[in-house]
Amino acid sequence: MVSDKPIERSRVNNRRRFLADTARITCGVAIFGLALGLYSKQGRSLPATALRPPGALSEEDFLGACVRCGQCVRDCPYPTLGLAELGGEVTVGTPFFTAREAPCEMCEDIPCIAACPTGALDPGVTDIDDARMGLAVLVDEENCLAFLGLRCEVCYRVCPLIGKAITLEHQRNPRAGMLARFLPTVHSDRCTGCGKCEETCVLDEAAIKVFPIELAKGKRGSHYRLGWGEKQKAGKPRVSGIIEPPSRRPEARL
Amino acid sequence: MTISRRDFIKTNAALAAAAAVGVTLPAGESALAADDGIRWDKGVCRFCGTGCGELIGVRNDKIVAVQGDPDSPVNKGLNCIKGYFLAKIMYGKDRLTKPLLRMKNGKFDKNGEFAPVSWDQAFDIMAEKWTAAIKKNGPTSIGMFGSGQWTIFEGYAAVKLMKAGLGSNNIDPNARHCMASAVGAFMRAFALDEPMGCYDDLEHADAFVLWGSNMAEMHPILYSRMANTRLTKPGCEVHVMSTFRHRNFDLSDNDIIFTPQTDLVIANYIANYIIQNGAVNKEFMDKHINVNKTTTDIGYGLRPGHPLQKKAKNPNKGKFTKISFDEYAKLVSEYTLEKASKMSGVAPEKLERLAKLYADPNKKVVSFWTMGCNQHTRGVWMNGLIYNIHFLVGKISEPGNGPFSLTGQPSACGTAREVGTFAHRLPADLVVKKEGHRKVAEKIWNIPPGVIPPKPGFHAVLQNRKLKDGKLNAYWVMCTNNLQAAPNMNEEGYPGYRNPKNFIVVSDPYPTVTAMAADLILPTAMWMEKEGAYGNAERRTQFWRQQVSSPGESQSDMWQIVEFSKRLKVDDIWPADVLAKKPEHKGKTLYEVLFANGQVNKFPLSELQPGFQNDESHDFGFYVQKGLFEEYRRFQFEGPKKGHEMAPFETYHKNRGMRWPVIDGKETMWRYREDYDPHVKKGEGVRFYGRKDGRANLIFAPYEPPAESPDKEYDLWLVTGRVLEHWHSGTMTRRVPELYRAFPNAKVYMNPADARARELRCGDEVKLQTRRGELLTRIETRGRNKPPEGMVFIPFFDASQLVNKLTLDATDPLSKEADFKKCACRVVEA
Repeated sequence: MVSDKPIERSRVNNRRRFLADTARITCGVAIFGLALGLYSKQGRSLPATALRPPGALSEEDFLGACVRCGQCVRDCPYPTLGLAELGGEVTVGTPFFTAREAPCEMCEDIPCIAACPTGALDPGVTDIDDARMGLAVLVDEENCLAFLGLRCEVCYRVCPLIGKAITLEHQRNPRAGMLARFLPTVHSDRCTGCGKCEETCVLDEAAIKVFPIELAKGKRGSHYRLGWGEKQKAGKPRVSGIIEPPSRRPEARL
Repeated sequence: MTISRRDFIKTNAALAAAAAVGVTLPAGESALAADDGIRWDKGVCRFCGTGCGELIGVRNDKIVAVQGDPDSPVNKGLNCIKGYFLAKIMYGKDRLTKPLLRMKNGKFDKNGEFAPVSWDQAFDIMAEKWTAAIKKNGPTSIGMFGSGQWTIFEGYAAVKLMKAGLGSNNIDPNARHCMASAVGAFMRAFALDEPMGCYDDLEHADAFVLWGSNMAEMHPILYSRMANTRLTKPGCEVHVMSTFRHRNFDLSDNDIIFTPQTDLVIANYIANYIIQNGAVNKEFMDKHINVNKTTTDIGYGLRPGHPLQKKAKNPNKGKFTKISFDEYAKLVSEYTLEKASKMSGVAPEKLERLAKLYADPNKKVVSFWTMGCNQHTRGVWMNGLIYNIHFLVGKISEPGNGPFSLTGQPSACGTAREVGTFAHRLPADLVVKKEGHRKVAEKIWNIPPGVIPPKPGFHAVLQNRKLKDGKLNAYWVMCTNNLQAAPNMNEEGYPGYRNPKNFIVVSDPYPTVTAMAADLILPTAMWMEKEGAYGNAERRTQFWRQQVSSPGESQSDMWQIVEFSKRLKVDDIWPADVLAKKPEHKGKTLYEVLFANGQVNKFPLSELQPGFQNDESHDFGFYVQKGLFEEYRRFQFEGPKKGHEMAPFETYHKNRGMRWPVIDGKETMWRYREDYDPHVKKGEGVRFYGRKDGRANLIFAPYEPPAESPDKEYDLWLVTGRVLEHWHSGTMTRRVPELYRAFPNAKVYMNPADARARELRCGDEVKLQTRRGELLTRIETRGRNKPPEGMVFIPFFDASQLVNKLTLDATDPLSKEADFKKCACRVVEA
């Protein structure tokens, strides 16, 4: 009764496509030449919509370690992972997924990592919650229905780490007066980049998108530290021994 | 080289993008840019009981856009995600456009295949089956199952056809599954249905208590208003009670997760706390409240032969008797904090905090509840226990203070309750079993005495049982997907529909599970394809004009009801002695008696809403909605019960709705209180005028266990419910691609510890089994709902996972509402 047929079909498709691709690449010399040409043209950085499987090393290390064997794709039980094809933007033969089409379902046993023979997908990632495939970013606050005050928040409710990777910040809605707004807020320390939020965003073009982390994250200079963060990290003031002198006030107020 | 699917999609996307550059704007943008050509008119949302105001944008006879009405007092221009997609709900690809009859060799055959027929053929076979059933087995062998999503006019036409025409009380709405327990408690406590307060309470209250209501998902806009108050009012607090953790807990200041059924214990503990701590508002109690206790050990509304029914001492007894306050105090005294905490599994400090809130004379408290209290084998009791608390402290019927039963459906109040489409009711809170009430109805309807039977008809759950038993033989389901929604589909619903003795008709815009199990499917116009009216949870009656035509040959429920009445003759339906009392009706059709009778047809087409269609009225030759509404208003003004008065028909076409009672052109926000309610005289202060003595009933009820609890064999509680993205059985929302994608299939929410104990992982396919059936689903351990260990939750919207194959048809013995929240199940690997 569960409508898992499309999933099964896609899995076959993926495998078949993988086999066909392999055959194409290894058999035809002429094609091999062409492939080589394209391969050299294909960039070493990922396009913004392509996400690597869980546990993937940094892009450069990953490309060095991945032998394009396709076993992670084969063992992915969902239509998520595919292999990059000739002429695409992703390095040919490497695994990737597109969140809007089919996000990572975050299997607890992480079959893709288990299948990886080279460690391109880091076997040290044993809890799928620790995976960092990308980072969700609410890119369009002007069109996000939750920001507009509608009760959507689909991205929040589909988040496998609901309340952790995405929380709702409650605000009053100044325009409507008596209503509130529930703003989806992504927390990079918990977001795995699975892409469920982007997949299910109900807008014609998703207002929340998952990008490779290096595209999604800003970076502060090391010359400035957050005072409250440092204090919390240390568990005490960074500079000790500073005294608080008393102030003079009317006694009644004491 | 073959082209892969992804390449193909990519190419097409690129082509589409290229075509768009500089040539055309996306559809939405062009609509904004060139607003001309769109006609905007007011409407109301098709979904929940909140009743959000909408503006409907039409171009070329199609709804091309919808917006939340920025001036609506309910929703101020905002919507939930279902409301956002209202423009798409009527345009699913599989809309039904022709009547379909099961046929073999050109003739009706219960085991035949659906084939298109004309409306004439459809009504011919219906008239044949209905007349034959009545002739053979009397009017109890015909029935109708209606809806809290019917328009007020449709519900009124249906109840009139059934009770005044066909002489049968076997009409019941899907609202029976939804708020019958609330109705039962309102009638017992106040003798008048529906809440005393209104949505303005959301801004006036200092604190909110949710007793089994996931407003965050099920009443999204009301939740937004509550959240705004919580955010902006200093000291405001929200207490959330539920049997599992859901999204409402995001806003909670006091999380109370209790063992199923022990809400009865908690409510009595709070009453006990109030009494023990001297917080009783004695003046209010003395002046306005009668104290009673109810009959106990009342069974579980199962078939009489069921062991649980046989075991009950007083099955189905609702009688309550007056007691003194001291006796009441003694009865609740056993519900100590210690006992309440032990039975409910809730920490004592949380329970005490809740009790203190109610007891605090300086805190205005609104209690909200929905299906947690209503779908409960002691639902009427449970509703009543909440009233008891508010009575004890006098926190009722004033801004920010009151118990507030939220309704699920857009017109559960307006249609099911106010019009009285229940098996035991008549319009405006009248009931069939009272002779005086029947007389009023017979007079207004101009029918001979004896047409309306004094015995209540079959309620929803009983209808399915009677279908299965072959006692209900001609059956019409409208505007609801009851095969999917009613409990215990395997043992009662499905065998009933497919019983060869029965002829089942289903009217629906889409081929639902129910439609597919029928013998005749009637294609139905929906929502803005007809002129309509809904009544929301705060007693607000809202009208809309017909905005667009319906597809193909589809027709509104009202047209179907009225048109069918042309095929039936009183001489075939009414007993001769009854007909003899109104000989002028001899030889007439039900259409002539009920609709073209000088009363319903007295408003000419010239009074139709200028510039708008009204397909049914044009077909019948008179303004049918107006005629029905004005006749319905006679019940409000000529009936023995005051307090339901509505404004004249035309008023509602001009405003954004009014909350009844409407007297002298003014709506009523808080009932039963002087200066707010016109029925309370100067100097009376508060008067619960539903009863002659002006007092309301506090009714003590104890804890009694649920019908079925987990045991060794079936070791988990099964709780069913809904999700924000989908409306009820998903007929409309699952046809909106974006909503489908947002939540494509049901899954069973399980505590991670329970999953581990069964060696199951999130996403695994499993069998969810009860004593009544099983279904295949997938486990969700991470999702929005977090059941405690020992409980699973599954939503019922998914037609590919029929959750009600699993549920038990145990009901509240008083309200006959099924308990969809408690039965025993187990989860095993698929």
